[in-house]
Amino acid sequence: MSTAVQTSAEEKRAWRLRGRMGMLLVLPGFLFIVVFFAIPVFSMLSMSLYTQPEGAATGVFEPGLNFGTYSAMMSTYWDTFIRSFGFALIATVAALIIGYPMAYLVAVRLRGRPLLQGLLLVVIIAPFFSSFILRVQSWRFILADEGFVVSTLETLSILPEGTRLTATPFAVVAGMTYLYLPLMTLPIYANLERMDSRLIEAGGDLYASGSQTFMRVTLPLSMPGIMAGTLLTFIPAAGDYVNAVMLGNNVNTTMVGQVIDSRFFQSVDYPGAAALSSVLMVIILIVVMAYVRRFGTKEIV
Amino acid sequence: MAASGKDLVLEGITKRFGDYTAVDDLSLHVPAGRFFALLGPSGCGKSTTLRMIAGLEHPTSGRVYIGDEDVTATKAHQREVNTVFQSYALFPHLSILENVAFGLKRKKVPDAVEQAKAALELVELAHLAQRKPAQLSGGQQQRVALARAVVNRPHVLLLDEPLGALDMKLRRQMQTELKTIQDEVGVTFIHVTHDQEEAMTMADTVAVMNAGRIEQIGPPDELYDLPATAFVANFLGKSNLFEATVTESNGDWLSLSFAGTTTGLAASRAVQTTGTIVAGIRPEKIIAAPAGQPPASAGSGWAKVPGGRVTSVSYTGVSTEYEIAVQGLGEFTVFAQNLHSTGFTEGDQVDLWWEESNLFGLAGDADTEAGIEEV
Amino acid sequence: MKQLAHRIDISRWFVPVVAGLSFFYLLVPIVYILIYSFNDSGRTNLTWRGFTLSNWQNPCRPAGLCDAFINSLQVALIATVVATVLGTMIAFGLERFRFKFAGSANLLVFLPLTAPEVVLGASLLSQFLNLGVQLGMTTTVLSHIMFCISFVVVTIRARIATLDPKLEEAAADLYASASTAFWKVTFPLLIPGIAAAALLSFAISFDDFIVANFNSGSYTTLPQFMYVAARRGIPAEANVIGSFMFLLAVSLVVAVQVWRYWRRRSLERAV
Repeated sequence: MSTAVQTSAEEKRAWRLRGRMGMLLVLPGFLFIVVFFAIPVFSMLSMSLYTQPEGAATGVFEPGLNFGTYSAMMSTYWDTFIRSFGFALIATVAALIIGYPMAYLVAVRLRGRPLLQGLLLVVIIAPFFSSFILRVQSWRFILADEGFVVSTLETLSILPEGTRLTATPFAVVAGMTYLYLPLMTLPIYANLERMDSRLIEAGGDLYASGSQTFMRVTLPLSMPGIMAGTLLTFIPAAGDYVNAVMLGNNVNTTMVGQVIDSRFFQSVDYPGAAALSSVLMVIILIVVMAYVRRFGTKEIV
Repeated sequence: MAASGKDLVLEGITKRFGDYTAVDDLSLHVPAGRFFALLGPSGCGKSTTLRMIAGLEHPTSGRVYIGDEDVTATKAHQREVNTVFQSYALFPHLSILENVAFGLKRKKVPDAVEQAKAALELVELAHLAQRKPAQLSGGQQQRVALARAVVNRPHVLLLDEPLGALDMKLRRQMQTELKTIQDEVGVTFIHVTHDQEEAMTMADTVAVMNAGRIEQIGPPDELYDLPATAFVANFLGKSNLFEATVTESNGDWLSLSFAGTTTGLAASRAVQTTGTIVAGIRPEKIIAAPAGQPPASAGSGWAKVPGGRVTSVSYTGVSTEYEIAVQGLGEFTVFAQNLHSTGFTEGDQVDLWWEESNLFGLAGDADTEAGIEEV
Repeated sequence: MKQLAHRIDISRWFVPVVAGLSFFYLLVPIVYILIYSFNDSGRTNLTWRGFTLSNWQNPCRPAGLCDAFINSLQVALIATVVATVLGTMIAFGLERFRFKFAGSANLLVFLPLTAPEVVLGASLLSQFLNLGVQLGMTTTVLSHIMFCISFVVVTIRARIATLDPKLEEAAADLYASASTAFWKVTFPLLIPGIAAAALLSFAISFDDFIVANFNSGSYTTLPQFMYVAARRGIPAEANVIGSFMFLLAVSLVVAVQVWRYWRRRSLERAV
């Protein structure tokens, strides 16, 4: 009869061995992330509370507990935060609408034609390699007053004469949409590509029409990909400021990243910059957690 | 080929995962060169037992011996044991030949490739040596997995439901091939399966497992003829089980009384010989005859249960399966060979007859539903 | 039935048309960059002044451009190698082993993905300022490794999760020690995933402006060079480098695709 058996020496040894191996594998990278992410985040949080001693030179601060920086920063820049998240949200939705059909075309419609699939995938990925700034810059010229887009739209009377597209919120959002499109498309592609084509076909049998199959079978099954894509687009978009600087103006396109950058490097107001990035980080963390909980799957990418 | 098989001994093996006991104080002894089957429903602990023999899992208590050597503490890659996995687990990036030579190369056998080729000859796949596993059919992959294990001449070869993924026809063919190969290489085979027919056709010895324990071990025909528990009686083929009371005992022979009738039972075929017991009889050992007409074969040593009514008839070609309701006893299943063209139809009144020497007796507290596979 | 057929037709052409427009949108700026790399532009590349090959013949003419390009290549290469090695180890450890701190390690790897570049950049800068570290190539490389590592882990973990753990058990069953099993079975099967992660890492690092802008000090990467130059107009030679990298990436990936395609075709023919 089996009495209360404890674990055997062999079991313990096997567990210890596997545990130790797992730890050894994870440890170097874990330490790296601790030293270059976790600790820096704490030093950013503590720097946001630093005070500037009376009469000290620019850029000289000492450790303190000055929560006033937060209220000062937020009362000045609350509208910038709202704008940043608003732009990021619009860009994310636009990228989803544009990116999903691309991912669907390559992953589902072109299934079984690997060469064409590969080529189109390259087209999605390769813009990464032709520098980021150059691409933003080229939008500046494409959307320019005397450029092809504006003159065509004016000729077609879609835009009234003399409308500007550059230096507008539209240009900033369009640039962000463009920039993060591959980050939206690739996870959706990866998800659709793994999807069993029999499921889609079975959906076709059950619902007969292509669009119904899509709405009831394919779209719900591709939610993990959409989750990953929207997060990978929204997070960097909310912190981005290159588009705002290069495609926007100084009035109604300023984003939080821009302010953080100028607080650090122009005003040399380290606590202010640190407070702004802390707030940005916390808001994004809350948004991401709420989003994952609401539409949650364990699979992020 | 020289026999390389060794005895396998499990001594009081228990395996717990947290609070769940997968294998419970299991002991068995498989002599060298035997084809041994571990038979049981899914979740009975048979695969865990196999993994402990392979060294992929370590027992919570108990010892594992191969030959005279205690291998309990030996790691998987140091045991002279090889496994044919259920999903085959062929290495997709290696050719068939490289797959088969994998183990020999790890053991630094000098003529690994030659031996691997010979093993592929054995399973008649030498012509596919350069292919990748994905280019082979399921049956071919199965044979590669077998060759990959056998080529190492292990002391014990483990087969984890190796035929589960094959269709019925291929499965029958592979069963014969496996048996032939085992005869040829003389390795000790431990075959895990939930398919009772497969276990009975292939193995010399079958152990029926249930809930982490072995219910009964023996040659297939013995297990079938004389099951010791209700689980074995129901899981290995079908049985009719009913409660009966021992009214008389004269050493070798018992008299049973049930539902107003009596029957004899050999004391040697009963687990329990006094009080209320569960008696059992196989469906093909019952003869259904029109009410009041004894079958021609019946004579002394036969028992009769009157008052049956046919409730269902399934014709399967070779035989017909009847469900017959008997007042006070419930449903009996009867297999009748279709020797004559006349059969019964639903509603017919019949008497059931059996030869008393075919009856077996189980413990009185046996659960008559145990081991009936849920559909 | 007629109506049904009609609806199917719409969805038949709807996807290719919308996707086609999207691909067009994706490629417009690239084509623009490519065309303007041939512009006989002088100092700034604002308007079309005629076709020339001189930008391609002498791409290093603008002061600092090629230095920045080489800096970016160096940073991206080092960051990719380190992030890929560390990330692969983390991915394998988290996916295949159970140990005490696995839960917190999991969370810590995931968190950087939720921080936008400006937060990563700003927090690292706070740290470097606190410690009084001199900003330069080293700090840039460290920040890029940090930026890439979580992406590597996520990419490779997805690949490991699709690998049958039975393959590793089969290797152990066939006399392979844990390390042999890894190098002979797991690693070869992971190569496509590792390559994808490395490529992604390289692209992220090579294309990053924000993280580098916070942590590079006076050390200039290519995106930083272009960002500064953009105020006056980016020289056409920068378009040459952008186009060159784009074409290089395309031809590399296409070459791999075509090679795989032909290999599969010839294998199929052999069957």
